[in-house]
Amino acid sequence: MSTTEPIVRFVGIGKTYDGVSRVVDKLDLDIERGEFLTLLGPSGSGKTTTLMLLAGFETPTAGEILLEGKPLSRVPPYQRNIGMVFQNYALFPHMSIAENIGFPLSVRGVAGADIAKRVERALDMVQLSGFGHRRPSQLSGGQQQRVAVARALVFEPKLILMDEPLGALDKQLREQMQLEIRRLHQRLGVTMVYVTHDQSEALTMSDRIAVFHRGSIQQLDKPEPMYEYPKNAFVARFIGENNRLEGTLESVRDDRCTIHVAIGDSRIEGTLVEPVPNGGAVTVSLRPERVQIRDSGHTIDGHSGCQLPGLLQEIIYLGDHVRARVVMAGTHEFMVKRPISEAHTLPRIGSPVEVFWAPEHCRAFARES
Amino acid sequence: MLRGAAASLHAALASVDKDAGNLRRALRKSRRREQWRAAALVLPLFVFLAACFVVPIGAMLSHGVIDPDIVRILPTVTDALKSWDGHELPPESAYAALITDIRAAREAGTLASAATRLNYDVPGFRTLLFGTGRQLPAELSGSSRETLIAIDPKWGDRETWAALRRAGGPLTDFYVLGALDLRRDADGSITGAPREQRVFRDVLGRTLWISAMVTVICLVLGYPVAYVIAAQPPARAGVLLFLVLLPFWTSLLVRTVAWVVLLQKEGVLNSLFLSLGIIDEPLKMIFNRFAVYVAMVHVLLPFMVLPVYSVMRSIPASYVRAASSLGARPFTAFWRVYLPQTLPGIGAGCLIVFIQALGYYITPALVGGADDQMISYFIAFYAGRTVNWGMAAALSIMLLTATLLLYAVYNRLIGVERMRLG
Repeated sequence: MSTTEPIVRFVGIGKTYDGVSRVVDKLDLDIERGEFLTLLGPSGSGKTTTLMLLAGFETPTAGEILLEGKPLSRVPPYQRNIGMVFQNYALFPHMSIAENIGFPLSVRGVAGADIAKRVERALDMVQLSGFGHRRPSQLSGGQQQRVAVARALVFEPKLILMDEPLGALDKQLREQMQLEIRRLHQRLGVTMVYVTHDQSEALTMSDRIAVFHRGSIQQLDKPEPMYEYPKNAFVARFIGENNRLEGTLESVRDDRCTIHVAIGDSRIEGTLVEPVPNGGAVTVSLRPERVQIRDSGHTIDGHSGCQLPGLLQEIIYLGDHVRARVVMAGTHEFMVKRPISEAHTLPRIGSPVEVFWAPEHCRAFARES
Repeated sequence: MLRGAAASLHAALASVDKDAGNLRRALRKSRRREQWRAAALVLPLFVFLAACFVVPIGAMLSHGVIDPDIVRILPTVTDALKSWDGHELPPESAYAALITDIRAAREAGTLASAATRLNYDVPGFRTLLFGTGRQLPAELSGSSRETLIAIDPKWGDRETWAALRRAGGPLTDFYVLGALDLRRDADGSITGAPREQRVFRDVLGRTLWISAMVTVICLVLGYPVAYVIAAQPPARAGVLLFLVLLPFWTSLLVRTVAWVVLLQKEGVLNSLFLSLGIIDEPLKMIFNRFAVYVAMVHVLLPFMVLPVYSVMRSIPASYVRAASSLGARPFTAFWRVYLPQTLPGIGAGCLIVFIQALGYYITPALVGGADDQMISYFIAFYAGRTVNWGMAAALSIMLLTATLLLYAVYNRLIGVERMRLG
């Protein structure tokens, strides 16, 4: 078996609970050995079901999952040797921390002295030395989370699954834990599959992200291309902030296109991401940080297709950046995000303005059905 | 200027002190109001319980330790026996006092009550007392002692007088000892009752045994049911719980009689088995221990299912999943992770079922045989049929003590605050 072979392969996996709707639909996914893969999506998108299929708590209704080349469908969860961290941590309340961490070792028949040693090492790894005799209820949320991670790691599984493990923590602790888990991953080199609905968490932690929607993967990419080059309107909408404009495609030349937008009956230029026939409905996505703003009347030559007029309604000061809210054609809201250094050069509130952008940052997708 | 500053500091501190005092007073005042409100809310139930529960039951139980009859009916002899050392026959004055008392009691018509009480202790005492009353001469010719012993030689027996003194009250341990098959002998030391009179230890042991068996059977039958219901989606769980509670909708008596119909010799089950050829002659399924277990389990099962279900419902599925993902086989996951978390429910269910079973009366009385009667049967027997309130009360004290002991043990082992009901 070569090391470049994926550790897990989903081949044509389908899952339905009611025989009508498909929770997971014809899923193909290769998980590389040692990577940190995040399954990202809104609730009901099939990401958790995919994780549960891998853990063995759900059985696929179609397809096969291969773990290191061996089919998993007849292997019960307790023989899969996959560590799992649950959303509510699932620490056993009637056992001490040490007993919790030692549980996977004792069910494997590891000798008592050996268990104690490995539990101690695991506690050390998550910086909880000396907490072994406590009960889970005596620990804070973050500490419980660390124990859950230690318990999933202590039996040295090939694969760790995490199901929204940081959902219950407050923002500051969550960000700290994100980095901690990331560091553990880098140090141990174990493959991790992580489920979350929080896109910034996914961007922070992952080697690769799989965006789920309606039971299938919309895009599988590294964080930066995922953010910069979303492949469809859903991914663009789900990851990061967006200004969305609805329009129809007028013409395409190479990858540049011209789009007629309803707002102010104008034509704009952009990059066509998906093939759309001329006259087809498109959604245009513009990141707030990729657009600029200026007083109207200062049209720059040659870029007349990369601007839209509006009225500067409000400037919001956020400390590290400013947001300008522009209203177009009386109703359509448009958000512009500028660095704090530009806060004092922005047009006056209430004045007519133009927002403008570089054509590669104006991305056009087929409209979502 | 410095002095001015110090003075103003003092003033400030004083005002802080005063403020603090005011604050404490205000706190006390607001607390007092809350306490009054709490007391007012509890008061109606408290009065109800005191009037309808604590006082009558206390009065009933007190019959087990007080002994008012003899001191009331035979006052002078009771008084005379107080100074008797018990080693030899009592002095002449006691004999004389007894004669006076018996005459007075015959006139007042109260001798029968005294005879009944003394007959509990020494069989034959009734005959002795009435016979003596009838044969007492109008004028004594010799000493009182000789006269009485001449009427019945039992008056020359130390045991007779010891029984009379034991019944002199006002407090007695006669009934409570009796409920444990113990008695005091002529010297006042505690000994076992004669073998042929020993019943209550057996009855108490049988009561505990039947209750324990019923509890175990309820647990074995109820635990899987609770598990299945807890695993259902809420709507279906509601329907299933309703079915579990269905037996409560018919009266205890009707349910028990229904078991009689089912289990009796010409009953539904026997006819069915006979017609199917499973058996050749009718099985004896009623008026024995089997019927008692069946009927009691049927009645008490919901009390096991409800608390166990309630605890199971609160255990997230992720615990067993976590155990499974960590490598535990299904049985290990159940035994080491799931079962320990259901212990509070098991404890609550067992406690409720066991305590209720201890007091069962109608069910064993209707479907059990003579050897299947529990302590309540004997309480009812003494209270209703022989009107021996002392014995009924003493047995009730036994039952209550057993219940409280059990509760204390439960509290020690599991903790009442962890008990969860429905």
